[in-house]
Amino acid sequence: MKNKQLKITQNQAFWPVIIFLTIILFNTVMTRGEFLSISIVDGHFYGRIIDIFRNGGKLMILAAGMTMVLATGGTDISVGSVMAISGAIACSIIRGNLLPGLGGSVTAAILFAVCAGIICGLWNGFLVAQIKIQPIVATMILLVAGRGIAQLITSGKIITINSDAYYFINGGYILGLPFPLYIVLFLVGILLLFVHRTSFGLFLESIGCNSLASKFAGIKVNRYLLAIYTISGAFASVAGLIESAGIKGADCNNAGLNIELDAILAVAIGGTNLMGGRFSIFASVIGALIVQSITTTVLALGVPAAYIRVLKALLIIVICLSQSGKFKVLFGRKLESKKKEAVAL
Amino acid sequence: MSGQTKLLTMKGISKSFGKAVIALDNVQFELEAGEIHALLGENGAGKSTLIKVLTGVEERDEGEVLLEGKKIHPKSTNEAQQVGISTVYQEVNLCPNLSVAENIYIGRAPKTKMGAIDWAAMSRDAAKLLEKFDLKLDVNKRLDNYSVAIQQMVAIARASDIKAKVLILDEPTSSLSKVEVDKLFEIMRRLKAEGMGIIFVTHFLDQVYEVTDRITVLRNGNYVGTYKTSDLPRMELVSKMIGKDYAVLNQSLKEGQAEKEGTKTGDELVSMKGVSHQGSISGMDLTISKGEVLGLSGLLGSGRSETARVLFGIDQVTDGELCIGGEKVHLKHPIDAIRKDIAFCPENRKTEGIIGDLSIRDNMALALQAKKGLFKKISKKEAQKIADEYIEKLEIKTPDADQLIKNLSGGNQQKVILARWLATNPQLLMLDEPTRGIDIGTKAEIQKIVIDLAAQGMAVLFISSELDEELRCCRRIVVLKDMEKAGEVVGDNISEGAVMQIMAGGEK
Repeated sequence: MKNKQLKITQNQAFWPVIIFLTIILFNTVMTRGEFLSISIVDGHFYGRIIDIFRNGGKLMILAAGMTMVLATGGTDISVGSVMAISGAIACSIIRGNLLPGLGGSVTAAILFAVCAGIICGLWNGFLVAQIKIQPIVATMILLVAGRGIAQLITSGKIITINSDAYYFINGGYILGLPFPLYIVLFLVGILLLFVHRTSFGLFLESIGCNSLASKFAGIKVNRYLLAIYTISGAFASVAGLIESAGIKGADCNNAGLNIELDAILAVAIGGTNLMGGRFSIFASVIGALIVQSITTTVLALGVPAAYIRVLKALLIIVICLSQSGKFKVLFGRKLESKKKEAVAL
Repeated sequence: MSGQTKLLTMKGISKSFGKAVIALDNVQFELEAGEIHALLGENGAGKSTLIKVLTGVEERDEGEVLLEGKKIHPKSTNEAQQVGISTVYQEVNLCPNLSVAENIYIGRAPKTKMGAIDWAAMSRDAAKLLEKFDLKLDVNKRLDNYSVAIQQMVAIARASDIKAKVLILDEPTSSLSKVEVDKLFEIMRRLKAEGMGIIFVTHFLDQVYEVTDRITVLRNGNYVGTYKTSDLPRMELVSKMIGKDYAVLNQSLKEGQAEKEGTKTGDELVSMKGVSHQGSISGMDLTISKGEVLGLSGLLGSGRSETARVLFGIDQVTDGELCIGGEKVHLKHPIDAIRKDIAFCPENRKTEGIIGDLSIRDNMALALQAKKGLFKKISKKEAQKIADEYIEKLEIKTPDADQLIKNLSGGNQQKVILARWLATNPQLLMLDEPTRGIDIGTKAEIQKIVIDLAAQGMAVLFISSELDEELRCCRRIVVLKDMEKAGEVVGDNISEGAVMQIMAGGEK
C-alpha cells in the first residue's frame, strides 16, 4: 500500500497535476463556482474549463514535441515561426494565391502545411545532428528566417479566408467537445505509444544524459536527433493550422509569436530537465495546461491588462519554486525544525 | 583523553544517498600533524564519500569533525580551504584554460596599490613556488599545455601554498610515471616535516608502504581499523580491505589460469591486415582467435585504444583490410560492430561508458536494445531478469537494479558496463583499462571473469597499462609502439622483460 503511494508521488506528472488542480480550485473559489460551470448550447459544451482545453491545444502539441527535443539536451526556438509558415501556406492555398491548380482544397492545404513543417524540422535536425551547430543557434536561424519566408508566401499581407471546413480545425465540435482536443489526443497518443512501446524513449533519455556513451552503446545518435527535430517541426505546423483556423486567416507577424517560450516553460513546469535526460511527455502536456490556465485565471479574475504579465511571472515563480528539489529540501527542513521546536515547547 | 590535541578528528560519521545506499556508517578517522595517513579500502568502501564529507562536497547525516579541537562544518570546498583543508583530486581540479600562475593564485591574487592584480608579482611568486618543487615551467602558459602529471604537481603546489593544515591527496599517482611519483613523495615528506597532516588515498600498496606512517581501512562504509604501517603485514592489510582471504582469491585466479593453459585457442575470429586510420594507427597486422585473451601492450599513445576504436567502428578503416569471421567488413558506426558480435568497454568509464542518470537496469539493457533495434523493445520484465542475473553473477553491490548507476562506486560501475556487453552475447570482447582505479579485490574478480569468458570460447582483447595484469591474463601479448605493431610474445616466452624490450626496441 505504502509502496503504491510512493510510486504515485514519485511520478514526474504528480506535481504538475496537483498544481493544475490547485489553480482550478483557486479559480473556482474566487469565482464562487462559476469557473467550473459548463453550459450546453446547441449540444456543445461551453465554459472556462473547456476554454482552457481548447485554447491550450496548440501549446499542448508544441510542448509534446518540445519535450523530446529538450530531453536530448537541445532546444527548438523556431516553433513559432514554423507555425507562421504553416498558416501562411494553408491560407494561401485555400485562397488560391498559392498553387491555384489545387482549387483551394482544404485537405491539400493541410497536407502542404504539414510537409512544410516536416521540412523545417529536417532542416533544424540537419543543422544540429550533422553540422553540429548548437541547437539554440541552429533553430534561431529559422526563428528569424521563418517569419520572412511566411511573409514571402503571403506577399507581406494578412490573408483572410472564408472556409467553414478550415474553421472547423479550431472551432469545430465532435460529441460536444472542441475539435482541437481531439487533435491533441491523437498526436500525443501516437507519440506516447511510440515512445513507450518502442525503445525510442530509452534511447532519447540515454542520448540526453550522455550522447557519447550512447554512441558507444550502439545508438545512432544523429538519426534520433534528426527524428525529434522533425517531429517538433511537424507538430508546430499542426499548431499553426489550429492558430490560423482560429483567426480565420494568416497573420505572419503575430502567429505563434513568443509561443516557443511558453512551450519551453510548459516542459520545465512538467519537470523535464532542460539539460537533457529523463522526460515525461504527459507531464509536459499538463505543464501546457497550467500555462494556459494561468492566462485564463488572470482573465477570469478581471485583472487589468497592465498587471497581467507581472501576475503571470509571479505565478510562474511560485510554480518553479514548488518544483525545485533544493527549495523543497530547504523548506522541508524549516518546517521540520519548527515542528521540533513546537514539540520541545 | 590524550593530552595532545589531534590535528583532525572525525567521529561517528554517517552518510547515505537516498534510502537504500548507505555510503558511510559510523566511521571514524584521526590525523595527526606531521603524519602521512593512508586511507584505504575497496571501491565502494566509502573513501571518496569520507573525503567529500570532510571537504564539504557532501553534507554528512551524522557525526562531528574537529580540526585542532574545534568543531568545523564546511559546506563547500571553498569553506574547507579557508579553515585549512586542501584537496588534490584524482582528476585535476584546476582550470585548464587559465595560465599556471593564475591557477596557483586564483581567488587570492597579489594586488598592486591601486587594487588591480599585480601580474608581475604573481608570475614571480608562482615561479618561485614551483622551483621549490623542482618544476621549471613557463608560468604564463596555459595549464593545458602541460601533462596531467605536471598539472597534478601544480595542484599540489597550490594546495601547499595556501597554508593548508590538512592536505588530501585523492589517488594522485594513477597518472604519474615512476620518476614523477618519486618526486611527489619527496614533496610529501617535505610537507610532512613542515607539520602538515596528509591524507593519502591510493590503490597502489607499494606506495602505501613506501611513504605512509599509518593506515585506516574502510570496508562497505564501515570503519575497520587504524594501524601503524610498519606493524601491518601486506597480506593482512589486503584481507582487511577485501574482507575475505586474499589467498583464496588468488588461488582461484591461479586455477583459472591453469584452465587457460589447458584450452586450445580456436578459429581465427578477427584479422587486421595493414589496417590504418588517418591520424592514428598505421599498417596494423593483428589476429584474434576464439577462446584467447590477447593482450595489447605499449606505452601511452602507442595505439592501444586506437586499435580498439577502429575495431569497434568508432574510427573508420582508411587503408587495409579488416575481416571478422573471415568476411571483409566496413564498420561505420559502433552498431555495425555490435551486430558483428563485438563489444567494447571503453577506457573513460564516465564519459564513454555509463549513462549516469539512468538505472542499472537501463544501463545494462542499452547495448542489447540497440542491437535488437528500435521496434523490438526489451520488456521491463526481461530487462529486470538480465539485471538480476548479472548483479548476482558479477557480484555487483547494489540494493536493487533501480539504483542510478552514478551512485555506484567505480568498480561496480565497471561491472555494470561489462554486464551491458555480456548481455549482447559477444564473440569478441574488448576491454580498455577495465581495472583502472579499481581496488585489488575487484581487480582480481574482473581478471577471473575475463579468463573464464575466454575458457567458454569468447575472444578477449585485453588492454592494460599494468603489465603484470596482462602477464597474468594473457597467453599472447602484442606490443605496440608509435601506432604500429612492434612485436609479439607468445606462451612461455611471456615475461615482463620480453615485453619491455619490445616496447623500448628501436631506441637501442
